[in-house]
Amino acid sequence: MGYYVGRRLLEVVPTLFLIVTIVFFLVYIVGDPVALMLGENATPERIAAIRDAMGLDDPLPVQYWHYIVSAVTGDFGDSYQYHEPALAIVLERLPATLMLAVGSIVLALVIAIPMGVWAAMHRGGAVDHLVSSISVVAKAVPTFWLGIMLIMLFSVNLGWLPVSGSGTWAHLALPMITLGTGTAAEITRLVRSSMVEILGQDYIRTAYGKGLRESFVVFKHGFSNAFIPVASITVLQFSALLGGALVTESVFAWPGLGQLLVKAVTQRDMPIVQAAVFVVAVMVIGLSILSDISFKLVDRRINLD
Amino acid sequence: MTESIGLPRAGTPARSRKALRNIPFPAIVGMVLLIVPAFVAIFAPWIMPHDPAAIDPSRALIPPLPFEGSDPAYLLGTDNLGRDMLSRLIDGSRISLLVGVLGVVLAGTIGLAAGLLAGYYGRFVDAAIMRLVDALLAIPGILLILVILGVVKPGLTTLVVVLGLTNWVVYARQIRAEVLEIRERLFVEAAKNFGVSHTRILLRHITPNVMPTFIVLSTLSVATIIITESSLSFLGLGVQPPDVSWGLMLTSGRDYITNAWWLSTLPGLAIAGTVLGILLLGDWLRDTLDPRLGV
Repeated sequence: MGYYVGRRLLEVVPTLFLIVTIVFFLVYIVGDPVALMLGENATPERIAAIRDAMGLDDPLPVQYWHYIVSAVTGDFGDSYQYHEPALAIVLERLPATLMLAVGSIVLALVIAIPMGVWAAMHRGGAVDHLVSSISVVAKAVPTFWLGIMLIMLFSVNLGWLPVSGSGTWAHLALPMITLGTGTAAEITRLVRSSMVEILGQDYIRTAYGKGLRESFVVFKHGFSNAFIPVASITVLQFSALLGGALVTESVFAWPGLGQLLVKAVTQRDMPIVQAAVFVVAVMVIGLSILSDISFKLVDRRINLD
Repeated sequence: MTESIGLPRAGTPARSRKALRNIPFPAIVGMVLLIVPAFVAIFAPWIMPHDPAAIDPSRALIPPLPFEGSDPAYLLGTDNLGRDMLSRLIDGSRISLLVGVLGVVLAGTIGLAAGLLAGYYGRFVDAAIMRLVDALLAIPGILLILVILGVVKPGLTTLVVVLGLTNWVVYARQIRAEVLEIRERLFVEAAKNFGVSHTRILLRHITPNVMPTFIVLSTLSVATIIITESSLSFLGLGVQPPDVSWGLMLTSGRDYITNAWWLSTLPGLAIAGTVLGILLLGDWLRDTLDPRLGV
């Protein structure tokens, strides 16, 4: 176990290294950081002075080395807009995004598990078709458009919930529904297919044969075995969900990473962008390792090698 | 899923023909949902009732037909600048679908090549490609796209390239997994013994066998790419005016949600309808061509 954890942690290093390298090449080779920083009206002298100060006239390997060293120490430079360390600004915005993401996942699970189980219990019937139709439609609807439609219905026409902003639970409701819908659809399909497979097995028939109650068989015998695949897909969804959060935040003016990032991209504030990519990558990778380890602890049948 | 791996592959011609004869209802719905925008996109110049770019403030915000204050000349109403919604939706279908198709062509080509190479050659090639795949999977696609759009000027070409470069990963993973299994089969072994070159084995013997998976993945990718394009255009980083796309139309619609619902509702319906069509068709294709991909 300890060996496994150590190996997984070691595997993270090349992956993170590669991500940092990709971002370096994008910013320093494809784009010109000084031109990005100063905009189009800068004089050639000023550009030259800044290039010199930033070490951009050094040979590429030297620049790359400096970049890697700073990245390892978490120093992505100061934001061009806020003149503060980029990583600190990103970390300050992170909790709002996480709150939204976690809220959406919880909501998605609360909807998806009963729906998926219900559909699997009535495989091929009307309920199954209804659940399948709802989930495929939910997958097809673009997140941000769903957000706008929800605002139109619940905020503008019914006046039940605030249009945008943050601070109270009411502010969280619409963004959470917006972001959770697609994930719920994905998980519903998965719960359904795992449950269909499990409910067709012999031990389930035996359990019924013993005269156990249906709800007991389905949840205790059935769903507890579907739990691990469902949980691991939920973890995989987290990366996509963070991506969706970036867009959802823009719709609802939710003060998280997404808003910060979209503004940073339009303002060409690359230190913020780099720090955000790094933080998100560390989170996604960390979560996947953590989930692998905890699944192993829950289910001894899982072979980690 | 694992049980069927050793069985002969489904998707033989006889089976496919039989499946074609009884197409399930959702797939038919999917086809209809897809044929309409495809037809509209192809024949756009001939079926647009008005010039989609013609601005006329005097006829701004006319509601769609059955609603009060509508004008029969503008079936789906007009936008905040008095431009005809129907004509703009028709015009927008071209860019939305074109970006989707071109993005998939690019992503599919890169992903197919990467998956074939990684799966067939193994060792160092495999390790290098799969590390890159892992790294890219750790970043949400849209975040990577935002990084690239931070340094490159947004526009149609940029958009297609960026979408292609961020969506090939799914192909690479799945196709690699298939190739790992196919390369162990007897016909590949036989070809090797006959002295057939690696390139030829890859192209003539292995590629046709991963095609069902490739087609299924492509339908799903078109859906993803169309949604991503609309999200980026909505954020102001995708399609740039004067070009029109459904996502871009939504941006201006957002400011009018209190008094002109059709501005944001109609383009969203167009996106959702098209994507739904693709997903329904994709599900059917998966069940028909490659049952191993799903349950």
